[in-house]
Amino acid sequence: MSPAERPLSPHLQVYRWQLTSVMSILHRATGIALSVGTIVLVSWLGAASDGPEPYAAVQHFLGSWIGLLLLFGWSVSLYYHLCNGIRHLVWDTGYALELNRVYTGGWAVLGATAALTVVSWVVGLAHWAH
Amino acid sequence: MTEQHTHAPMRSSLGRAIGLGSAKEGVTHWWRQRVSALALVPLTIWFVIGVIGLAGADHATFVAWVRNPMTAIFLILLLIATFYHTALGLQVVIEDYLEREWARLATLLVMRLLSVLFAVRGILAVLKLALGA
Repeated sequence: MSPAERPLSPHLQVYRWQLTSVMSILHRATGIALSVGTIVLVSWLGAASDGPEPYAAVQHFLGSWIGLLLLFGWSVSLYYHLCNGIRHLVWDTGYALELNRVYTGGWAVLGATAALTVVSWVVGLAHWAH
Repeated sequence: MTEQHTHAPMRSSLGRAIGLGSAKEGVTHWWRQRVSALALVPLTIWFVIGVIGLAGADHATFVAWVRNPMTAIFLILLLIATFYHTALGLQVVIEDYLEREWARLATLLVMRLLSVLFAVRGILAVLKLALGA
């Protein structure tokens, strides 16, 4: 077999999905999503500095269903990347690298992401309604 | 040393001592990514709490929030750390997936340019609001 035809690892077509690899892919995917999200952040700050009308326009867009959907995706991505990033920082110190603790940490990150997202939206929407 | 070389090592003793590897930057990129990540942990938590408190806020309320010196300082630090960390992360993604040299270089340059552009735009907006210009 020539070098060009040799199967590369990980061979995604035959690779069994597992928590560890999925979470690794998600870390990169949410990082890319958050990079796009920074444009929204800067637009929001820029509109506010331009005056009440541009600010109201951005607030109106963010309050629409598509705006809320974007904000929801942004919040899930942010909490995931934050929690999993902390997991990475812990690994960098040499802790929690045993396979069972890698899985425990993974589930903890997913649980924390879900909990933080739900709490943020309950509090945020309650605040918004007033 | 447990390493045994049956023939001449690929890496010179000097190369091993300097420890910068084939990319000539050693752990620099890795380390900067971790330091900016560490800075972003408290900054992000602070920002998210602030934004939730501002849900549906009018312009005057928002401006009053940014006029607080601590808010302005943290927002500028957040913008710097965010775009620095973003540029480092996107760099790795670009280097991983773009094989052709010119495409990789061009994308890296555009990505860096946009990162700096958005960071400066954000910082100027905060300064304008904070200084009341």
